[in-house]
Amino acid sequence: MDSEQTIAYLTEKMPGAVVTSETAVDGILSLHTARENVIALLQMLRDDEQLGFHFLTTLCAVHYPEQAGQELSIVYHLHNWQQNIRIRVKIFFPIDDPHVPSATELWSSANWMERQEYDFFGVLFTGHPDLRRILNVDDMEVFPMRKEYRLEDGTRTDKDDRFFGRDGHVGQEFD
Amino acid sequence: MQVQSYFSSLDNLDGELATLNLGPTHPATHGIFQNVLKMDGERIVSAEPTIGYIHRAFEKLAEHRPYNQITPITDRLNYCSSPINNMGWHLTVEKLIGCDIPKRAQYMRVIIMELSRIADHLVCNSVIGVDTGALTGFTYMFQERERIYEMFEEVCGSRLTTNIGRIGGMERDFTPNFHKKLKTFLQTFPARFEEFGGLLSRNRIFMDRCIGAGPISAERAMAYGFTGPNLRAAGVDYDVRVMTPYSSYQDFEFDIPIGNHGDTYDRFIVRQEEIRQSLRIIHQAYDNMPQGDYHADVPAFYLPEKPDVYTKMEALIYHFKVVMQETPIPVGEVYSCVEGGNGELGFYLISDGGRTPYRLHFRRPCFIFYQAYPEMIKGSMLSDAILTMSSMNVIAGELDA
Repeated sequence: MDSEQTIAYLTEKMPGAVVTSETAVDGILSLHTARENVIALLQMLRDDEQLGFHFLTTLCAVHYPEQAGQELSIVYHLHNWQQNIRIRVKIFFPIDDPHVPSATELWSSANWMERQEYDFFGVLFTGHPDLRRILNVDDMEVFPMRKEYRLEDGTRTDKDDRFFGRDGHVGQEFD
Repeated sequence: MQVQSYFSSLDNLDGELATLNLGPTHPATHGIFQNVLKMDGERIVSAEPTIGYIHRAFEKLAEHRPYNQITPITDRLNYCSSPINNMGWHLTVEKLIGCDIPKRAQYMRVIIMELSRIADHLVCNSVIGVDTGALTGFTYMFQERERIYEMFEEVCGSRLTTNIGRIGGMERDFTPNFHKKLKTFLQTFPARFEEFGGLLSRNRIFMDRCIGAGPISAERAMAYGFTGPNLRAAGVDYDVRVMTPYSSYQDFEFDIPIGNHGDTYDRFIVRQEEIRQSLRIIHQAYDNMPQGDYHADVPAFYLPEKPDVYTKMEALIYHFKVVMQETPIPVGEVYSCVEGGNGELGFYLISDGGRTPYRLHFRRPCFIFYQAYPEMIKGSMLSDAILTMSSMNVIAGELDA
């Protein structure tokens, strides 16, 4: 099934689940959906015989501080081994309400993947059996992969991103 | 299979459970990870792994490093096969910037990657031997690994954390000494390797220890996100080199070995066979090495020849741009993966046009499959748990990133 057929098929089976879609440079189709629908969509992608995306390759969070109300994102990478097709599912949600339904019911592998994204971005996966920090120390109080936490000493001026292709939004307000 | 039902009835428990801290620095675990085990005598009732002891914030670091400076970070993921990680990263960037590299460079990369796969599997398999009490094979196989490292040294100057290759190809052509060393290796290694295999693969003691230790079914392995030799040992023939060929893997003929039971013995045998297949690939790549350049013509990413920098204006400009990271990067996102020593090593890169990645996520096979460990060792003996861990080839660097 190619990208267009996949989208048409999904629109027929689950009307309204796919909000928008795009194909990236690497040829992988990305589906945007709402977080209320994400587990149903993932389950559909996994269990439907026509679709057959049975393997959860990875999932990761991304922080976009500029997008008001949609600061955090989770990107799921699924893979259909029979037809060798990959697909991405993306959800966006506000950082003030970082609750996302857990995919651990669908894939055992989601357990540590979700713990990792909780650890680094503070995404709260509802229904996760054991949502604790995994790589950082237990008593850490911040979610270090969020963009407001700079890696290096803020007084350095030789690495100002404004001069290197980025407008300087990232981390600017925290100078 | 009897162990699975050991705890099905509470009658088997003698009522005295002990807690055992296995690790973080335990000589039997070959790396820094902790497992808090609930033990009933010598049997494991439950295990709780704690990881992150060597976490170095690679994903955060990568957001603050220009693209060419991320390669050394990837070295330190699975440090038993650093070149594969390096190439995986180069391929990711090349996919983003849309750069095709010459056939010769691709073949060179394949040789390097397969050599490091051999090194990776040699460590794992000889250590399985050590954990069953057979130290001799290990000492001989480490001499062979040493010879592979000497070849890496010829190509890039370093041994373990290689930083090998560059975005757009290889950093330099193979040296005459490399050719000599590779030819000698290809001649002498197979016999020594088969001798090592002969010591273990049909050895009664070894088989008794390994068969049935730490098994996992194909279904569970897929649900747990297994890839690589551990998945293939469970009977699923998924291999990135065949599924989505990169770096000209489609040019070579090789087989994907698979096992049946997903236990320690199958993992050992699968890795043994993969070493033989890697040798096949190296032979084909080396014998059919195409003529041509060892890097693509991408001056914006690939450093010019040093003498040119002093004499040619164009080269000087590009040198400055590469060093100062003033190269414009396309906006976009790519997922690219290679078959690492432990399975699908993926890079998910989001670029917003800045000189550093906006977000770089590593799909680390060790991190994903190690969560199945408690399930695999439940009900088994402590000594089998040690063996299971070494046969899964959990590398702390890749686990903790």
